[in-house]
Amino acid sequence: MTQLAPISARRRRTDVAMRGLLGAGTVLALVPLVLVIYYLFHKGLSAWSKDFFTTDPNGNFLGYPGGIRSAILGTIEIVALATLISVPIGIGVGLYLTEYGKESKFANVVRYFVDVMTGVPSIVFGLFVYIVLVLARTGGSTFAGWKGAVALSLLMLPIVVRSSEVVLLLVPGSLREAALALGAPRWRVVTRVVLPTSLSGLVTGALLAVARGAGETAPLLFTVAFAQTLTGNLNGSMNSLPIQIYNDIQSPRAEVVTRAWGAALTLVLMILLLNLIARAASRRSRLG
Amino acid sequence: MDASVSTVQGGRSVLERSPLHRLPDRVLQWGLSALAAGVLVLIAYFFIRLIGQSSTAFGHVGFLNFFVRNNWDVSQLQDGAACATAGNAGCTFGAWALLLGTVITSAIALVIGVPVAIATALFVTELCPRRFRGALAILVDLLAAVPSVVYGLWGVFVLIPDLKGFQQFLADTFSFLPFVGGTVAGPSYFIAGLILAIMILPIVSAIAREVISTVPSEHKEAALALGATRWEMIRIAVLPYSRAGITGGAMLGLGRAIGETIAVVLVIGNSPKLGEQIFSQGYTLSAVIANEFGEAASTPVYRSALFAAGLVLFVLTLLVNIIARRYVVRSTAGKRMAADVVAPEAPAGAAA
Repeated sequence: MTQLAPISARRRRTDVAMRGLLGAGTVLALVPLVLVIYYLFHKGLSAWSKDFFTTDPNGNFLGYPGGIRSAILGTIEIVALATLISVPIGIGVGLYLTEYGKESKFANVVRYFVDVMTGVPSIVFGLFVYIVLVLARTGGSTFAGWKGAVALSLLMLPIVVRSSEVVLLLVPGSLREAALALGAPRWRVVTRVVLPTSLSGLVTGALLAVARGAGETAPLLFTVAFAQTLTGNLNGSMNSLPIQIYNDIQSPRAEVVTRAWGAALTLVLMILLLNLIARAASRRSRLG
Repeated sequence: MDASVSTVQGGRSVLERSPLHRLPDRVLQWGLSALAAGVLVLIAYFFIRLIGQSSTAFGHVGFLNFFVRNNWDVSQLQDGAACATAGNAGCTFGAWALLLGTVITSAIALVIGVPVAIATALFVTELCPRRFRGALAILVDLLAAVPSVVYGLWGVFVLIPDLKGFQQFLADTFSFLPFVGGTVAGPSYFIAGLILAIMILPIVSAIAREVISTVPSEHKEAALALGATRWEMIRIAVLPYSRAGITGGAMLGLGRAIGETIAVVLVIGNSPKLGEQIFSQGYTLSAVIANEFGEAASTPVYRSALFAAGLVLFVLTLLVNIIARRYVVRSTAGKRMAADVVAPEAPAGAAA
C-alpha cells in the first residue's frame, strides 16, 4: 500500500490563513450591527420618558423640545394606508402570476419588471409621486399623508408580489386539482383553497414589506413633508418617525439630537418587532 | 380542465357550467391580468412623466452639458437665452461633480463591502458549524433592517467624529496613491462609501450565500477527495462555479449604493465642488435631490434639474439591475433572482 503524501506545510498554512481571513471578514461584517445597536440604546434610552411618547415636538428654541407622539402615530397612519394599497394589489399580481399567467410571455414580462422595480431607488418613487400627485395638487393639497402612502406602497409592492408568488407556488398542485375535481370553479379554488393555505406566508411577506416601508425617509420627504402637530388628516402634511429623525439630526440643539436617538431607537425596535413576527409567521407557513 | 368532458352537439354538457356561473371566473382572471398590466403601465407612465419634467433642465443647460459640465451653482442661474449665449461660465446645472460623486462613493462601497460580503457568505455556507449558520445569516440580514436615516444618524454623530483621526492616518499613510492625501474634512466621500458598504453588505452576502449553496456537493466532495484542503476546495470548486452569481450580487449592491439617499446626504458634506481626494467633502446625484429639494421647489428650472438628476439615477440603477439580473439568473439556472434579502426564501433557507 502506498502512503498518502501529507499536506505540505505551505498548503496547510494557506488553508489556516484563508479560513482565518474568512472568519475575520464575518466578524467585521457584524461589527457595524453591534455598534449601531449599542449606540442606539446608549444614546436613545436616555431620551425615553413618559413625556417623550405623549407630547408632540413643539419647535421651542429653549426647554424641552417635545416628544415624538405625532411622529409615531403619523408613521402608523401612513404605513397602514400604504399597506392597504400595496398588499391587495401585490397579492393580486402574485395570484395572477401563479394561477393564470404561469410561464406565459406576459407573466414573464410582469415578473421581469417587478424584479427590476425592487432595484429602483426609493427617492425615485418619491419623485414620481411628487410629479404626479403633489405638483398636480391632486385632492386640493400639495403635500399629504396619503401621497406619502402611495409612494411607500410603490416601494412595498414588488416585495409583496415577489413574496406572495413564492408562497403561492408552495401550495401543492394536488390541493388545487382536488378542489377542481370536486367541481369547484376556479375562483372558489383561489379564495377557498389557495389563499387560506398560504395565508401565514402571505402575512409574512406583507409584514416584511411593512418593515421595509416604515423605515423609508426619502419618499416621504417629497410627498408628506413635515408637520409638528398630531393630525388625523391624511390630506395634509404629517409627521413621521423617519422625517422627524432626519430633521432632528440637522438641529444644533443637543436636546433635539437626543430626541433623534430616542426616535431612532423606537423606529428600529418597531421594525425589528415586525421582522420577528414575520419570521415567526413564516415558520408556521412551511407547507408540506 | 373541461377537456376530458365530452360536449353535446349544439349545447353544453351537463357537466359544463352555465355562462352565468362562469362569470366570476372570467372576472377574476381578467381582473388579475388587468392588475398586473396596470403595474407595468404605471411604471411606464412614471418614466414618461419624469422625462417630461426633466426636459426643462436639459433644454436649459443642454443634454450633454448636464453630464459633462462641472458647475452646480444655483446663484449663477440665468434665464435660458442668457445661458445659451454665455457658454460654460454663465450656465449652471452641470452635474459632473454629482455624477462623479455617485461613482466614487459607490466604488468605495464595493471595494470595502463586496470582499467582506463574500467572506461572510463563504464562512456561513462552508466553514461555520452547521448549528450557527442560521443565526449568523439572520444577524447579517439584520443589517438590512436598519433604516438608512438611522445609519445617517450614526454616521453623523459617531462615525465622523470617531474616524477623523483614522481618515487622516489613511490620508497620510497612503498619500502616494492618487486622490489620497491632504487634510481630511470629516464628512467625506470615504465616510459615505463606508456607510454604503455596510448597507449593501446584507444583499450582496445573501445572494452570494444563495449562489454558493447551489454549488453541487459532488464538486466539493471531489475536490476534498483529491486531497484539497478546505480553502483549496473553496478556491477550485466553489468560487469558479459561483463567480457569475456573486458578480450579479455585487452589481445589485452597486444599484443600491447608487440610489441610496438619506444616509449619504447626511455624511457627505454636500459640497457641489468636486472634491480633490476621497477624504474631501462631496455630493452625489441622490444627495443633491434630498438636500436642495426645499429651495428648488419654487423655481421650475431648478426643480427640473433635480428631476433630471433623479432621471439619471433611475436609468443608471435600471441598467445596473438589468445586467445584474442576467448574471444571477445565469448562475442560479433559471431560478428567480433573490433580488431582496427580505424575500421569505432567504430566512427559510438560512434556517434550514
